[in-house]
Amino acid sequence: MPKREDLKKILLIGSGPIVIGQACEFDYSGTQACKALAEEGIEVVLINSNPATIMTDPEFASRTYVEPLVPDTLEQILEIERPDAVLPTLGGQTALNLALAVAERGVLERLGIELIGAGIDSIRLAEDRQQFRVAMQEIGQRVPRSFYVTEAGQADAALDAVGLPAIIRPSFTMGGTGGSIAYSREEFVKSLDWGLQQSPVSEVLVEESVLGWREFELEVMRDSADNVVIICSIENFDAMGVHTGDSVTVAPAQTLTDKEYQRLRDAAVDIIRRVGVATGGSNIQFAVHPGNGDVVVIEMNPRVSRSSALASKATGFPIAKIAAKLAIGYTLDEIPNDITRETPASFEPTIDYVVTKIPRFAFEKFPQADARLGVQMKSVGEVMSIGRTFRESLQKGLRSLEVDAYGFEPLDLPLDELRDQLRVPRGDRLALIGQAFRDGLDAAEVHDLTAVDPWFLHHVEALIREEAAITGDFDLRRAKRMGFSDRRLAALSGTTETEIRERRLREGVVPVFKRVDTCGAEFEAHTPYLYSTYEQECEARPTDRKKVIILGGGPNRIGQGIEFDYCCVHGVLGLERDGYETIMVNCNPETVSTDYDTSDRLYFEPLTLEDVLAIVATEKPHGVIVQFGGQTPLRLAVPLERAGVPILGTSPDAIDRAEDRERFANLLRKLGLNQPENGTARSVEAARRLAANIGYPVLVRPSYVLGGRAMQIVHDETALDRYMREAVSVSPEHPVLVDRFLANAIEVDVDAICDGKAAVIGGIMEHIEEAGIHSGDSACSLPPYSLPRYIVEEIRRATREMALELGVVGLMNVQFAVVDDTVYVIEVNPRASRTVPFVSKAIGVPLAQVAARVMAGRSLEDLGFTAEVEPAHVSVKEAVFPFVKFPGVDTLLGPEMKSTGEVMGIDRDFGRAYAKAQRAAGMDLPTAGTVLVSVRHDDKPRILGALRTLVDEGFQLVATDGTAAFLKENAIDATRVHKVHEGSPHTEDLIRRGDVALVIMTTAIGDAAAQNDSASTRRAALELGVPYLTTASGARAAAAAIRELRAGEVRPVALQDLQTR
Amino acid sequence: MLADGSVWEGESFGADAEQGGEVVFNTAMTGYQEILTDPSYAGQIVCMTYPEIGNVGVNPEDEESSGLYLRGFVVRDHVDFPSSWRSRESLHAYLVRHGVPGVSGIDTRALVRRIREAGAQGGFIAHGGAPVERLRERAAALPSMEGQNLVDEVTTAEAYEWREGDAWLPRSGGASSRRYRVVAYDFGIKRNILRRLTESGFDVTVVPARTSAEDVLALEPDGVFLSNGPGDPSAVPWAVETVRALVGRKPIFGICLGHQILGLALGGTRTKLRFGHHGANQPAHERDTGRVMIASENHGFALDAEALAARDDLEVTHVNLNDGCVEGLRHRELPVFSVQFHPEASPGPHDTSYLFDHFHSLIEADRAEA
Repeated sequence: MPKREDLKKILLIGSGPIVIGQACEFDYSGTQACKALAEEGIEVVLINSNPATIMTDPEFASRTYVEPLVPDTLEQILEIERPDAVLPTLGGQTALNLALAVAERGVLERLGIELIGAGIDSIRLAEDRQQFRVAMQEIGQRVPRSFYVTEAGQADAALDAVGLPAIIRPSFTMGGTGGSIAYSREEFVKSLDWGLQQSPVSEVLVEESVLGWREFELEVMRDSADNVVIICSIENFDAMGVHTGDSVTVAPAQTLTDKEYQRLRDAAVDIIRRVGVATGGSNIQFAVHPGNGDVVVIEMNPRVSRSSALASKATGFPIAKIAAKLAIGYTLDEIPNDITRETPASFEPTIDYVVTKIPRFAFEKFPQADARLGVQMKSVGEVMSIGRTFRESLQKGLRSLEVDAYGFEPLDLPLDELRDQLRVPRGDRLALIGQAFRDGLDAAEVHDLTAVDPWFLHHVEALIREEAAITGDFDLRRAKRMGFSDRRLAALSGTTETEIRERRLREGVVPVFKRVDTCGAEFEAHTPYLYSTYEQECEARPTDRKKVIILGGGPNRIGQGIEFDYCCVHGVLGLERDGYETIMVNCNPETVSTDYDTSDRLYFEPLTLEDVLAIVATEKPHGVIVQFGGQTPLRLAVPLERAGVPILGTSPDAIDRAEDRERFANLLRKLGLNQPENGTARSVEAARRLAANIGYPVLVRPSYVLGGRAMQIVHDETALDRYMREAVSVSPEHPVLVDRFLANAIEVDVDAICDGKAAVIGGIMEHIEEAGIHSGDSACSLPPYSLPRYIVEEIRRATREMALELGVVGLMNVQFAVVDDTVYVIEVNPRASRTVPFVSKAIGVPLAQVAARVMAGRSLEDLGFTAEVEPAHVSVKEAVFPFVKFPGVDTLLGPEMKSTGEVMGIDRDFGRAYAKAQRAAGMDLPTAGTVLVSVRHDDKPRILGALRTLVDEGFQLVATDGTAAFLKENAIDATRVHKVHEGSPHTEDLIRRGDVALVIMTTAIGDAAAQNDSASTRRAALELGVPYLTTASGARAAAAAIRELRAGEVRPVALQDLQTR
Repeated sequence: MLADGSVWEGESFGADAEQGGEVVFNTAMTGYQEILTDPSYAGQIVCMTYPEIGNVGVNPEDEESSGLYLRGFVVRDHVDFPSSWRSRESLHAYLVRHGVPGVSGIDTRALVRRIREAGAQGGFIAHGGAPVERLRERAAALPSMEGQNLVDEVTTAEAYEWREGDAWLPRSGGASSRRYRVVAYDFGIKRNILRRLTESGFDVTVVPARTSAEDVLALEPDGVFLSNGPGDPSAVPWAVETVRALVGRKPIFGICLGHQILGLALGGTRTKLRFGHHGANQPAHERDTGRVMIASENHGFALDAEALAARDDLEVTHVNLNDGCVEGLRHRELPVFSVQFHPEASPGPHDTSYLFDHFHSLIEADRAEA
């Protein structure tokens, strides 16, 4: 069946900010879909609140709405745009839920808009566990025994039905939010409560546990002619009980006989037909009993998912792109396979390598969080690796993770403790399993402890056994074929990485590159999608074009997310315009950069010195770009340069001049710029002396960190001592930096581009939250909304002077702090920053593209970017946090970054833009009701104006004692309420009763006692979805926004309209 | 060692034997035991494109015949610690027991690319140290598959009755309760064909390949089945003759070599493919419905499309979408049809298993007419 001619305009729903369970895989799928639809001449309307996505670049859609993903806004956009259809299956659970919400309001019916991909009934059937159960039973599939709960009182009945341990799964949540496993009755009651709160429809499925069963996933596609194909099978290394997003997974499935695999395949085909996914991809999860092969269906997602992104990268079959084409009427046999060109997409990919995905966790950021893994996803990112054997693939994956591990690193842990830790899956279980074998446990015992399939364990055991052979003149080729890194071999054989590399080169032990081709080499591959392995034949076939390698960002983690992938992709786009061949290196399967369609050539490889050097040796590029991928490639700049690799853009020496404390201080002195008093301490004693000289509070942190890792504000020497004892180990090699903390300063971020001769400001962003909150966690406004003009001018001047003095070629980010009339330089990073996508969208100039071209030798003048763009509208960025995934973790912000993603609000004034950003971040500011106020002493005068505004707008105030007294002095009425430690009814009770519309609650950063008392109140607000503000400046911005909201309706605006203004 | 003189060094596993055969590759990611025991691989060395082989060991249930007829088995990584509740023996022990040599550790992808470019060719498995020139000669001296009759090596000596169904088949309930008698020619038949026939309502008598048409008709079957098997269909002219004698007398269903033999009996010609189709992911386009079935295929020869197109009484029912190869055939008037792919799967997807039921309904209609 050819394309449907009646679909001329389609609205695509994106997935919004990056959160745990929903990351940049949906930018990958959405971008593919946008391109695929545009190719067919369809007008695409896009809604997505996340500015750091490629899909929201104005050229990827006809109409781009960076607007909150809420039903009201979508309804407004549908009214304006009147598309023929809505495609909701490429934006994750967020898009499905949103489509469901507008459909239920009758909007689609009223406007005559069709839902394509998956219909309402299919979405409901797949998501509503009760309906799904019934449907599965109809087609003869077993599902775990379960019991449906809508109120806490049904706990006993549920337990009787399923027994312990029991799985708790709330309906309609993503990434398993609110889900858990209960081993005792007590745990069960608590978890059930939590689950009921998390479900938007207050429904929880209590399920029989299939802990210890093997877990498999099938990626399925169906077209309108009812052709069904399986794209990929995936086997989880971890047994059932660990969320698949947190599991180490392997493709294809390894431990199934053909009889068993075909049974799953038949089931998958029946399931996609029964659920009725009309066209597109679905992900189906199965549990298989390891002892008798019994199969139960765990769940089905009627949309593309994280697993389908993985499956696309693992096989070379672009699921999202094909799904988009199927949605507009094509059938699989009408779509060509891009890689082979001659064969159609109606086949099942076969692969001749092993793919391993390993999740990346961020527990170090949330010390109070439970680090055990369960049914709710906790990882923040992942890596994928490709090897010819599982052993090679696994070891490549380990060194891709960027946790300073280059294989199975040894752990120093007593044996009994090791056994204990193995019993419950944790983020670091691979290293634990490796250590278990090193300590002499056998595969049978490790299997008993972990329930991991013996097939995987035997391979790990073989790798550990091999370690003993790696001494002296060991068999290098054999070790490399097993996937050992040079670093790990050096550690095992007591030499250096350089010596191992030199020996390899001497002996000709170098990797070859093989192609990912969907077909196991049966047909010729025209797409250079490559991975390294130690084999005979190399298929890289490098060209002799002028080419540039761009190093990607590696796994997502807090502090390094999709923003850097955005920059890498734009780097490619920019260089392509100048006629370069572009070569991407990255190991993050969620990204747009690892779509083989993005760059001319893709190397899916770990971002380590060894792996990058091998690619450089094969490709012999004109240069390598390290400044787009964040900290990951930046760490490689100096070693690559030492190895003779040409680095494009700002020189590694200039980078060092900006990062080295002393050299940087000299630079500022030379330019006459201010810096907060600071120093470097190499011992505890030195830190004490330094802090006393500077004066408390001080900001302390280890040198060379990203995302404010282990950064703290300490108010006195006791706190400093505790920090030095618990948070860092200071030594001459690992100094600690001590800075004066600028209280109540306004922080400002600037992104600029410099070509060495001229520097142009990209954007100046004034932070909403005061200095002391990590810049990645702070909301900000472009242009500045409160700074006087002369201060902004001073910031401009300082930025330009620093860029020219450093000799920056490419992007630069500067953080300033403004206290009264003084501008302080906090830090300079001569590289792409987290804010580049936001700024690019706000000013309508793709900064990273311009920067890439500058790095390759063009001048700014040449490129026509010579003056700062001053937009007529206001753009506000807000951060999005993962607190809801970590029960018991406080929601307060501080100098350590905790956000996983961001949203953007754009409108004609600050208040409206801020309101949109808040709404997009899930905080729908109220226009009436009661405000609960409890602020620390210093904030009281600063918050007065905001509270007056709220009272004028008709809000009632409820305040704790001190705050209420202060308000009374200022003639503002407020009802008193107890703090939590003063007894019920207190602040938390009020929230839980639903009596509060907005919470304003501030405590001093670093004041642990005050924070502890108010933590449960903030948690309650978070859990019940009551908007809360934890800073005075945030409260002021919110009050301004509320005033605008009450003054008139906020309307969505398309980017295309802004930029032509 | 390939006939083109290239040497591929690896480690040996399985039986300690030196032997040669035509080297082909198979792209299925599961089901190596079914492949090993498929008599259609007689005379061939099979290279698996999926690198980790041996993962699930072997078990008696997954055997497609009572023996191993292939000449050698080549894998990238031979796994000797099987993990499956069904496993009874390791792959290594199984190959030893059946006298088949294995090679692991070679760059199988490079080997596959070589075969893809240069076409299927002879290869010889030998221990290291053997003189290269002599090996090359032996590899080059291997007889071509063209003109080779391998059917006599693999067919049953005696006729027998088959009763066993397929415990792994999802119960479709589509099969009619009425049972018919079918005689199945064993050109190298896979057990799963017999299981599927049984499931679809047939009582099956398996007969040796050289059983005459008269002897078969004497058994008074409701239909005749022509099985898969190894080698070149034109090397078994006697089988073609027998089938020609049966066409028009009984409803006929053929698979793989059986399909080619039927095609030749109906006046078609056969061509040799460069490296054949061996895998479980081939797109078979069904012309009647426009649907695409994912099929298991294993053939080095095929019926020539042009020769069939010239015949008014024949109709091509399926084609392979990758290269347009003929994958299915039927007679326009007679209840006679055949497919090149394997509806019995094993290994492979079950998309086309309905064809056994289709055979059942053809016979039902034929009986009703009679």
